[in-house]
Amino acid sequence: MDDLIVAVAQHRDRAAFRELFDHFAPRLKAFVMRQGLDSQMAEEVTQEAMVRVWQKAQQFDPSKARASTWIFTIARNLRIDFLRKSYRPEPDPDDPAMVPDAEPGGFAHVAQAQEAERLRAAIAVLPDDQRVVLHLAFFEEKTHPEIAEQLGIPLGTVKSRIRLAFKRVRSELGEDQ
Amino acid sequence: MTIAHHPSEELLLDYASGALTESWSLAVATHLALCPECRHEVARMEAVGGGLLDALTPTACSDAAFDAVLARLTDGADAAPITVPRETLHETAGPAPVLPDPLRGYIGADLDGVPWQRLGLGAYQCLVRTEDGVTARLLRIPAGRPVPEHTHRGQELTLVLRGAFSDQTGHYGAGDFQEADEHIKHQPHAAPGEDCICLAITDAPLRFRSLAARLVQPLLGI
Ligand SMILES: [Zn+2]
Repeated sequence: MDDLIVAVAQHRDRAAFRELFDHFAPRLKAFVMRQGLDSQMAEEVTQEAMVRVWQKAQQFDPSKARASTWIFTIARNLRIDFLRKSYRPEPDPDDPAMVPDAEPGGFAHVAQAQEAERLRAAIAVLPDDQRVVLHLAFFEEKTHPEIAEQLGIPLGTVKSRIRLAFKRVRSELGEDQ
Repeated sequence: MTIAHHPSEELLLDYASGALTESWSLAVATHLALCPECRHEVARMEAVGGGLLDALTPTACSDAAFDAVLARLTDGADAAPITVPRETLHETAGPAPVLPDPLRGYIGADLDGVPWQRLGLGAYQCLVRTEDGVTARLLRIPAGRPVPEHTHRGQELTLVLRGAFSDQTGHYGAGDFQEADEHIKHQPHAAPGEDCICLAITDAPLRFRSLAARLVQPLLGI
């Protein structure tokens, strides 16, 4: 998938873009429908997201993020400035005032394809209660107190489930701290 | 820059998932520019978001969907920028700016060009224009001076950009990030030597303990 985005960036490769579309568009649609949009609206948002994938492909850096991570950030930002009509400040990687990473890599050093597979596996084995809070956070952009209210559980429980989920994912990725 | 106080995991996740509104995001994003460690943490959270996206059961798109997207790529519209709501100000020469992007873009200038507004007692503020109904401001507290003791009705985020302050919860230097809420009563005190400049985000007026501070509060707009 990473190579496909690079092909779109470098050669405006439409066959590669078709493959990306076939993989990600149905997932983006499922992602957007979880915000409560109907199928037709979800499809419009999905199309807009895929247009942005085409437009922004040059910004994709396979040494920094996987394809799925990058497309997640596109969909997230789209949701914010399209649906919520709001703006989300982000640090600018070209900013001379930005404090650089101590060592290049870290996260980036791990073989991306291999890591994608491990991440998928790590998420697949999360207990249901942890998966539910992650889904509410990432798919419905609920804050911690909103998650607590929706599930009818204490805020501390939400926090500890999220912490456990990240801890688990981290250790599955061999990144235990 | 050695950073001792970082945003909570909770706040970083809300930033990564897109749940934070503009002003809170501005504080987190400005800290991220100064803190490789938290950037790494957010990248990891975004990777989890990507993993969850990838694991979703796909919902089929209509047959016409791909062609519709393709049609939009060929009409030249794909060259148009989407939204660039804030300028990025990159100097080409001279020393690196003090204020990191995105904050610098909001102010429209680096630290030496901040349009300070006098608060009295040697303190200054500069309101940062955001659109989520939350108050974002740069504060300049004179070296060695206290801010009146106060509690909060809502949440308060403080990010130190220059100088330092201390309160009951610890010492905060450049890059440090403090989260306070209605349970915290504190009296920040700027460290001697250099004025303390910080970005403060508040969603409700502060509640001052002293009568004098309460009297001037409406005048200061804090
Ligand atoms: Zn940090």
